[in-house]
Amino acid sequence: MSVKLNTRQVGDVSVVDVAGRITLGEGSSALRDALRDLINKNQKKILLNLGEVNYIDSSGIGELVSGFTTVTNSGGNLKLLNLNKRVKDLLQITKLYTVFDVHEDEAGAIRSF
Amino acid sequence: MRENKHHVPETVERSLDSTLESVDSAEELALGLAERAGFDDDDLMKIGMAVRESMVNAVVHGNRYNANKKVHFSVTHAAETLTIRVADEGEGFDVESLPDPLAPENLMRTSGRGIFLIRSFMDEFDIRRRERGGMEMTLVKNKGSR
Repeated sequence: MSVKLNTRQVGDVSVVDVAGRITLGEGSSALRDALRDLINKNQKKILLNLGEVNYIDSSGIGELVSGFTTVTNSGGNLKLLNLNKRVKDLLQITKLYTVFDVHEDEAGAIRSF
Repeated sequence: MRENKHHVPETVERSLDSTLESVDSAEELALGLAERAGFDDDDLMKIGMAVRESMVNAVVHGNRYNANKKVHFSVTHAAETLTIRVADEGEGFDVESLPDPLAPENLMRTSGRGIFLIRSFMDEFDIRRRERGGMEMTLVKNKGSR
């Protein structure tokens, strides 16, 4: 099973619903393509909903970092929503949890931009 | 199904191609044996991730997807311990030269976390150069360790 992405617009925030595995190969590149597409469309407010992501590896973590840097460097904001325990643990042991702006509630996350 | 305490050690050994499909195969083999050995869900998740990271390291950084090079993979269950070995046929590298992924200057790097994650998820970890070239990693997980 690989990754599935769906992008929807809530006001001026682009919400990317991600489901499946973000791992080396298809999973990571699909996420990279989705973020690049939004940046090319000049979307500055991006919320990655990882609620249905059940697995992420070091390559996937690298892709999240890359996405964060790319969006920030283009003058935008990338935030994370609905991390499950495994993903949250991974971001904590890699000391990335505090780098990202992480939310548990979509409405609150959207208001925070 | 739980094994009794006096079971015979079980080993699964494979010579795998340098492809990402081999990463999936190795994960399946390790998890199959770990599950039969009675490791719990939390341990299975950690074992699966550590195996994937070690296989990715061997396929991508070690053998560099070279079709002429193999990844030598084995997983052994003995007593309360699962031991996994992953060896590549690449150039090898100096382990001491690996940057610390938790250092502030490295936090935003997009790679370099694989071996750190393996160390985090397993009880014992060893990596060394093989005499015949390439690197060999040994990963050990004890049942009910943490």
